[in-house]
Amino acid sequence: MSAEKPQHNSMRYDLQIIASWIDPGSHVLDLGCGSGELLRFLINNKQVRGSGIELEENKVASCIEKGLTVLQGDINAEVPDYPEQTFDYVILSQTLQQVYAPDTLIRAIMRIGKRGIVSFPNFSHWACRMQLLSTGYAPVTKQLPYQWYNTPNIRVITIKDFRKFIYDVGLKILKEVAINTHSQNRYGKIIKFLPNIRATYGIFLIGN
Amino acid sequence: MSEYIEHDRQGVSVGIVEKKLFTFAEAPDEMVLENGTRFGPVTLAYETYGTLNAEKTNAILILHALSGDSHAAGYYEEADEKPGWWDIMVGPGKGIDTHKYFVVCSNIIGSCMGSTGPCSTNPKTVQPYALDFPVVTIGDMVVAQRKLMDHLGVKKILCVVGGSIGGMQVLEWTVRYPDMVMSAIPLATTTKHSALAIAFNEVARQAIMADPAWNNGNYYYGPKPNLGLAVARMIGHITYLSDESMRLKFGRRLQDKGDFSFNFDADFQVESYLRYQGKKFVDRFDANSFLYITKAGDYYDMEKQYGAGSAVKAFSKARAKFLVVSFTSDWLYPTYQSKSMVKAMKKNGLDVSFLEIEAEWGHDAFLLPNERLTTLIRGFLERVCRETTT
Repeated sequence: MSAEKPQHNSMRYDLQIIASWIDPGSHVLDLGCGSGELLRFLINNKQVRGSGIELEENKVASCIEKGLTVLQGDINAEVPDYPEQTFDYVILSQTLQQVYAPDTLIRAIMRIGKRGIVSFPNFSHWACRMQLLSTGYAPVTKQLPYQWYNTPNIRVITIKDFRKFIYDVGLKILKEVAINTHSQNRYGKIIKFLPNIRATYGIFLIGN
Repeated sequence: MSEYIEHDRQGVSVGIVEKKLFTFAEAPDEMVLENGTRFGPVTLAYETYGTLNAEKTNAILILHALSGDSHAAGYYEEADEKPGWWDIMVGPGKGIDTHKYFVVCSNIIGSCMGSTGPCSTNPKTVQPYALDFPVVTIGDMVVAQRKLMDHLGVKKILCVVGGSIGGMQVLEWTVRYPDMVMSAIPLATTTKHSALAIAFNEVARQAIMADPAWNNGNYYYGPKPNLGLAVARMIGHITYLSDESMRLKFGRRLQDKGDFSFNFDADFQVESYLRYQGKKFVDRFDANSFLYITKAGDYYDMEKQYGAGSAVKAFSKARAKFLVVSFTSDWLYPTYQSKSMVKAMKKNGLDVSFLEIEAEWGHDAFLLPNERLTTLIRGFLERVCRETTT
């Protein structure tokens, strides 16, 4: 059985993979949960106990209207409040690249959760490399569509960097998959050969 | 809370409703108040809308703010100028849907809106209680409401909801009777008044007590302390609005004149508005009730009472699912107070949702038509209803 087999094709592709990693009935916290797409899927299809944290008022409201348990707040400030090992999984999807202190946040996540699931755009994708090499400008891609001066993506992360980061902060990678998809796309594919060059996103399951 | 009541724009309403009275704590079974004294009999005014289902699982209890009453929705008579104070939220198909839920709105002990308060007749003296009325607390109000729910046959309340001092009662319900409360929506409220909130209440009380007509609370057979109560209400109104809402609503515009009058009449619209609100209030509210209810709000300190000063410990007693809502421009019950209760709930592993709604209308925002608040409450109630019945 392939554990990475996507289960639900109306969600963003990386969320489909993340959903496939979560055991039924577990307790889940989704950081930066947006409009609650993943949470709702997990509650309806995997009977998880789930809650989320989101900064934007409109998105939080849309979650609560759907009947989800969601707090408005900054994840860096909200995560430390939870007791130790409250959650089976803490999810951080496509947000790590916007975090000011990723090491502090990852440690905080692994204090409140038994497992962490992190996805992020891979900055060493060939399109980024080619742009920098051929034009000399900071890369602007479909996954990272901003100029250097207006991007919320203040952290430049590659799949290799992330592996090293997890090792450096003393955690373990339990599972990883590299995928090729666009940021909001429902379709994608898993990249096994040369992922650090060919994948647009990396998804990692980490543990203590 | 201010008055913003308007007829429903779509004409949707629970229709004609009736204020009911429930009396209990007759001798020798008087209520034991938090101050240690025994008190009775106690009457609570309340209203109900919708129908309690056979399983008795669809009851929602609404708790009002300082100057509110049991009349949350509908009309007493067809000719009524205004519906109940939360008619925008409570009714068929509204945020709190009276087709689905059995809605109870309870008045409070200490009020002058039909429940036992300082203006009620003391059966022992056959005179108004005035200052012989005991200083009641938020806890006493909730104990009395519990008697009412028992009387109505409600053992589990699907949701307790209220704002401001009503929100304090909501919080009190969740820790005093944790097994009865399935969910709770504290709106624009706090676990304890800030020094700022107490200060405004004290100035308002002083305005009443400085009025010679107040006469140590004994004014029921003579002129009432209307000037003092009107000033108290004016102070309240300032705290319910915000710098932004006052700028938008009044600015420095003059009232019915092109230039200053060079005397002390109400020149500015904001002056005229406050005078009007103060004057209107004295016709419907008792000055002593104002003293008692504001004091109850100021005394309330859930953290001290239930957690020896710790909010985390206080909320460890709660079992309810929470929806906490604050408003950006509310400076009387600012968002940091809601956030600190949310933090304590999180630390206890409680199921809590929180949103700070962008609103310019200050503390009063929770009473004003707000599509966002309506859909939030509707979605939250649907979920807790689903999770409670399955």
